[in-house]
Amino acid sequence: MTDILNAIIVILNFIVIPGVAYGSQLALGALGVTLVYSILRFSNFAHGDTMAFGTMFVILFTWWMQGLGLSLGPLPTALLALPLGIGACALMVLFTDRSVYRFYRRQKASPVILVIVSMGVMFVLNGVTRFIIGVDDIRFADGERFIIRARDFRDATGLDEGLAFRTSQAITIVVAVIAVAALFYFLNKTRTGKSMRAFSDNEDLALLSGINPEKVVAVTWIVVAALATTAGTLYGLDKSYKAFTYFQLLLPIFAAAIVGGLGSPVGAIVGGFVIAFAEIALTYPLRKVLAYLLPESLEPDGLVQLLTTDYKFAVSFAILVIVLLFKPTGIMKGKAL
Amino acid sequence: MSQLSARDLGLFGLVAVLILGTGIFQGVNTALVLLNMGLVSAIMSLGVNLQWGFAGLFNIGVMGFVALGGLAAVLIGMPPTTEAIAAGGGGMAIAMTLGAATIVAAIVAYRHLAAGLTRNLAVLGIVVVGFLVYRTFFDPARDAIEAVNPAGTGYLGGFGLEGAGMILAWPAGGLIAAGAAWVIGKTALGLRSDYLAIATLGIAEIIIAILKAEDWLSRGVKNVVGIPRPVSYEVDLQADPAFAERADAFGLDIVAASTLQVRLEWTILFTIVLVLILVLAQLALNSPWGRMMRAIRDNETAAEAMGKDVTARHLQIFVLGSAILGMAGAMMTTLDSQLTPSAYQPLRFTFLIWVMVIVGGSGNNFGAVLGGFIIWFLWVQVEVGAAFIMEVITAPLPDGSALETHLLAGAPHMRLLTMGLVLLLMLRFFPRGLIPER
Repeated sequence: MTDILNAIIVILNFIVIPGVAYGSQLALGALGVTLVYSILRFSNFAHGDTMAFGTMFVILFTWWMQGLGLSLGPLPTALLALPLGIGACALMVLFTDRSVYRFYRRQKASPVILVIVSMGVMFVLNGVTRFIIGVDDIRFADGERFIIRARDFRDATGLDEGLAFRTSQAITIVVAVIAVAALFYFLNKTRTGKSMRAFSDNEDLALLSGINPEKVVAVTWIVVAALATTAGTLYGLDKSYKAFTYFQLLLPIFAAAIVGGLGSPVGAIVGGFVIAFAEIALTYPLRKVLAYLLPESLEPDGLVQLLTTDYKFAVSFAILVIVLLFKPTGIMKGKAL
Repeated sequence: MSQLSARDLGLFGLVAVLILGTGIFQGVNTALVLLNMGLVSAIMSLGVNLQWGFAGLFNIGVMGFVALGGLAAVLIGMPPTTEAIAAGGGGMAIAMTLGAATIVAAIVAYRHLAAGLTRNLAVLGIVVVGFLVYRTFFDPARDAIEAVNPAGTGYLGGFGLEGAGMILAWPAGGLIAAGAAWVIGKTALGLRSDYLAIATLGIAEIIIAILKAEDWLSRGVKNVVGIPRPVSYEVDLQADPAFAERADAFGLDIVAASTLQVRLEWTILFTIVLVLILVLAQLALNSPWGRMMRAIRDNETAAEAMGKDVTARHLQIFVLGSAILGMAGAMMTTLDSQLTPSAYQPLRFTFLIWVMVIVGGSGNNFGAVLGGFIIWFLWVQVEVGAAFIMEVITAPLPDGSALETHLLAGAPHMRLLTMGLVLLLMLRFFPRGLIPER
C-alpha cells in the first residue's frame, strides 16, 4: 500500500504539479496567439518576444520596487509589478499595431504577409529586449520559495518520497485561473468582449452592425499584452528569465493553440495542458514509479525514459503534426485558414 | 543577362564596392571570409526563393535542412570508427530497419483498414509494439557505440573521404535534405500556409534535437571537429618550396599568402556552385515548368482546374529547394570544418535567410542572390558599426560607469534590431524587394 502511495507521490511531484504549472503558462500564451489569430487573422510569430518584452518590464519594475523597499511578504514582488509591466507591454503592442500592422490591415494583405511582418517585429523586439536587459539568466522570484518542502512532507507523512510544492507553482495556477476566468467573463458578458467575438465570427456582419473595427483591434492587443505578460512573468518566476527561452516557447505555444483548435479559447487551454503533460510525461524517467509498483524481480534496469529530455520541444511538434494530419481543425474545432 | 536592368547591375556593383571597402579598411582576409559566407548565404537564399518565390510555399524549417547538410559533411568526410561499427553497427542497422518498418506498417494499416475504432487500435498497437521492439535493438547498439572512446569519437564516423573527394559532401548534403524534404512534404504539404510554416518550424527543431541528442550519429553536443576540406591546408602550402617562392615573388609573407590562397580556393569553388545553381534556377524560372509553378502560386484553384497536379508540383519544388539548402549547409560545414549542432539557431539559419529573400526580391533569382550578399554584409558589419557607435556615444561617460558598460555590452544585439527594421521597412516601402519579380 505504501508502495502505491509512494508511486503516486512521485507522479504528483515530478509530473502532475510541474505539468499543471507549465500547462497553465502555455495555456495563457496560447490564448494570446489564438486571440490574435481569430481577430487579426494571422499567426503572430512575435508572441514569444512579446512575452519576453512584457516580462522584462515586470522585472525592471520589480527591481525598482525592491529598491523602494516594497514587497508582498511571502509572495513575490513581481505580482505587484505585473500590472505596470502589462501597461508597458500594452503600450508597446499598440505602438506596433499603429506603426506596423495597421498599414497591412487597411491594404487587406494576405495572412502570409502579416506572418512575415510579424517576423520583422519579432526581430526588433528580440533585439530591444536583449539590448535593455541582456542575455543572462535572471532570477527575480523573492518571498517564500516553498509552500510544502519535500523534507517536511516526508517527516509529516512517514513516506519515502517527498512532495515539494513551490510558491511559484501555486501562484501560476491561481493567477492562471483568475486570468482565464476574467478573460471568459470579458468575452462573454461585456459589450466590448461580445463585439470582439462578433468580429471574429463574421467581420462583414460585425462592421454592418456598427462595431468599430479599430477599437476591437486595440482592445484585442491590450488583452493579448496582458495575457502575454502574465504568462511570461509566471514562466519566469517558475523557471528563470532569459530572453532567448521565450523565443523558444513560441513552438510549444503554437502547438498548444493549434492542437486545441486555432481561434478557440477553450481549445487553447486544453491544448496547453495536452502539450505540457505530453512533454513532461514522455521525457520523465519512470524507473522510480515502476520500482514501487512492480514486484522486485520485474524492476527495470534502465531509466525507462521514453525519450531523452533533449526531445522536449520535439514532443510538442510531433503531437502538433499528428493532430494536423488527423484532425486539421484541432480538438475543439477551431478555424481552418 | 538581358533580364538585369542597369539599376540591378548597380546594386550588384554596390555589393562589390562594400566587399572591396571591407578589404581596404578591415583587411583582405576579412573581406574574403565575408565574401565566402556571402556566397553560401546567396545559395541558401536561392533555395528559399525557389520554394517561396516560385511556388509560394512557406517553409520556415530552413535551419533543419541546413543542419542535415552539415551532417552529410560529417558522414562523408570523417574517418569511420571501426571499433564502434564492430560493436554496434549491426544492431543499429537492425534498429533503423525495424523503425522504418514500423512506420511503413502503420501507414499501410491506416490506408487499408476501414476507418473506425479497429483501425485506430491497430495503428496504435503497431506503433507501440514497433517502438518497444525498436528500442530493444536500439538501446544496446547505441550504448555500445557511444562507449567506444567517448572523449575522442563515441560515434560511428563516416566514409573518411579527404581532399577533393570532400566536394562529394555537397551533393550528399543535398540528397539527405531532399530525402527529408520528401518525407516532410508527404505529410505536411497538404496544410494551409500558416500551418505549413509552423509545422516546418517544428520539424526543423526536431532535426536539431536529433543532431544534439543522438551522439552515435553526430556526436551530439560534443561536436565533430576537424572535418576534412576540399581545398588546400595552410600548413601544406607553407611546407611547399614552390609556394614559398611564388609568395616571395608577390612580396607576401608566407603565412599570410597561404591563408589568402586557401580563402581564394573556397571563393572559387563556392562561386562555381552558386553560378551553376543560379543558371539552373534561371532556366527553370523561364521554362514552361517555371511558368506553371507561378501560375499555381498565383491561383491554385485555376491551375488545378487546368489539370495541374498541385500537390505533386508542390512536393517537387519543396524537395528541390530543400536540396539546395542542404547543399549550402554542407558547404558551410566544410568551410567551418566542424559540426556544432547547438549553433543552429532559428534566428540565424531560418529567419535571417528569409530576410535575405524578402529584401532581395522574392520570385527573382538575382534578387535572392543580391539579398543574400547584402544582408550577410549587414549582419557582419552592423556589429562592428554598433560597437563603434557605442564607443562614440559612451566616450563622454566616465570610464567604467554602469551605463557605459551596459551600452557597450548591448552593441552586439543591435544586429537583430537592425535586421528587423530592414525587413519591416522593406516590406512597407518596397514590398517586392530590391530586384522585383518580372
